Amino acid sequence: MGNAVNQPLPNSFRQGPDSRGRFGPFGGRFVAETLMPLILEVERAYDAAKRDPAFKAEWQRLLKDYVGRPSPLWLAQRLTDHLGGAKVYFKREELNHTGAHKINAVLAQILLARRMGRKRIIAETGAGQHGVATATACALFGLQCVVYMGATDVERQQPNVFRMKLLGAEVRPVTSGAGTLKDAMNEALRDWVANVADTYYCIGTVAGPHPYPVMVRDFQCVIGEEVREQILAAEGRLPDALVCAVGGGSSAMGLFHPFLDDASVAMYGVEAAGRGLDTEEHAASLNRGRPGVLHGNRTYLLQDAHGQIREAHSISAGLDYPGIGPEHAWLHEIGRVNYVTATDTEALDAFQLCSRLEGIIPALESAHGLAQVIKLAPTMAKDRIIVLNLSGRGDKDIFTVARHLGVEI
Amino acid sequence: MSRIADRFAALKREGRGALVTYLQAYDPDPATSLAILRGLPGAGADVIEIGVPFTDPMADGPAIQRAAQRALKAGATLAGVLAMVRDFRSEDATTPVVLMGYFNPILSYGVDRFCTDAAASGVDGLIIVDVPPEEADEIEPQAKAAGLDLIRLVAPTTDEQRLPRVLAATSGFIYYVSITGITGTRSATTEQLAAAIPRLRRHTELPLAIGFGIRTPQQAAEASRIADGAVVGTALVDTLAASLDEQGRARPDTVRRVLDQVRSLAEAVRAARQVA
Repeated sequence: MGNAVNQPLPNSFRQGPDSRGRFGPFGGRFVAETLMPLILEVERAYDAAKRDPAFKAEWQRLLKDYVGRPSPLWLAQRLTDHLGGAKVYFKREELNHTGAHKINAVLAQILLARRMGRKRIIAETGAGQHGVATATACALFGLQCVVYMGATDVERQQPNVFRMKLLGAEVRPVTSGAGTLKDAMNEALRDWVANVADTYYCIGTVAGPHPYPVMVRDFQCVIGEEVREQILAAEGRLPDALVCAVGGGSSAMGLFHPFLDDASVAMYGVEAAGRGLDTEEHAASLNRGRPGVLHGNRTYLLQDAHGQIREAHSISAGLDYPGIGPEHAWLHEIGRVNYVTATDTEALDAFQLCSRLEGIIPALESAHGLAQVIKLAPTMAKDRIIVLNLSGRGDKDIFTVARHLGVEI
Repeated sequence: MSRIADRFAALKREGRGALVTYLQAYDPDPATSLAILRGLPGAGADVIEIGVPFTDPMADGPAIQRAAQRALKAGATLAGVLAMVRDFRSEDATTPVVLMGYFNPILSYGVDRFCTDAAASGVDGLIIVDVPPEEADEIEPQAKAAGLDLIRLVAPTTDEQRLPRVLAATSGFIYYVSITGITGTRSATTEQLAAAIPRLRRHTELPLAIGFGIRTPQQAAEASRIADGAVVGTALVDTLAASLDEQGRARPDTVRRVLDQVRSLAEAVRAARQVA
């Protein structure tokens, strides 16, 4: 890697990370020596793939013909009328094959794993969307797939567990800790250390050791790049605000990154406030955490006074993570992106509103973004434009929502 | 010379390798843990490795994960671990003590203050699992200034190209992770070790200890014969765990059972003659 490529240019938010994988002070490669040579190998392979037109062509073929990209940009007119302010557009990532944005980066990573000669793929999953996407890609390419999923999440995301199994993946429930996404990631890292020779770890978000945060971001940028083209075609100008839920933050980085240098575009990352920011039960790493090191990177973490990691909580399994991607931590500190929150209740309300007004059942993750749109749109003039990343569909969540609404199905 | 260098040099003169024993601080409670710690030198431990409990020990297997959970439940903190080392040092001035753990509790404590306090408490070296040489500037200057050795893991995956960089960032001794995997899951064969250790010897003068997967007196003897030391961790943690009652509390014989096992390991290590 030439330093020239990695030196941040002045007046740009899009040049990170540096050659150490840092976004400002965040990111890096905090892994055991056993993993370090692998991480470096992934980095070399990614650098080579990036420069290979054949890699890009193959990925784009898959995105178009297998995933169904570009995903539409939908003017949510009934919701817009209901909120009585800014025009609200949905970036319809939920229409992708497998029902969420995760498949974008998974297919690229699986192509990378193939280039590296790896035959076995492991992944961690929270809501199960990344697990399903990984299982799908592995089925498509005939690769062995093992998905680590917290036992708590296995319980609350049964439909996705069944999907993964149908796709030929092995789902390993993780019982350590609280049995959620954080513990699944620990277990996947342990698996990788033990199976270095034949295994590729397909990380689902913009976190983990370098190069994962930049690599997954680059692969998800297809979202924001399409939005830019689509909104210019529809409105002849850029949006005034972008909104997206953040757990690890891959869908948000994918939407935000192509717009970071457009000063007129405000950005809102929405963290899960769970039962409330002032309770112990939330997943708001940026709003209530502080910097630390976990899962290979320095970032904002929910932790106690002694540096022990706290359990996160959210009604949405995909946001139930006590950390966040390091680039978000940096964007938070420099103030380029506003990180706000939505509670379980606000997300549930948004979930129902969207279903009734737009005929779209959103994922509970995306419903957190929608909750921010509900707050934001009425404060903006009618000629303003908001784009929400509707990152996933809500079929997987209907059981959880029904339970919260006191309905038995 | 540091306690670590002194000890390895003394054992070399004796013609044998070191028995390095691991215990998780505060497992299952501070008093039991301190009693084991105090008993280790008498039972034959040459170097003591103290695990600092962390919620997310990503390089550790189930046994040490559970030990960390017990320890955290018993109120373990980094400050508490340092206090334990001070208590130990009031009785033992010569046995090297190495803290092994993860970076976040140290970051939270404050890297500068931690290195100063650790050295003042009688800690000799640090193994920080998730700080590879690439991130060494996070703690190396402070550790050096405080006179603490930074002991690094070398893995079977550490290739020839990378090895010099890892070794250059290491002091005290080299901790050779004998398997690709996490603690307490599988063991390397004698043949694998016999091939790996000479490879490292070509690159370093530092003592070499072999860890991960050494469970029995025979394996410990073998490893200490091939290298300069054998680290036994999970096997001792397993013994401790098996001695607990249904609520996870220590029983009257918990300390004795762990120390008895250390004695049998030490006997085997002391009987083994090193390869010249």
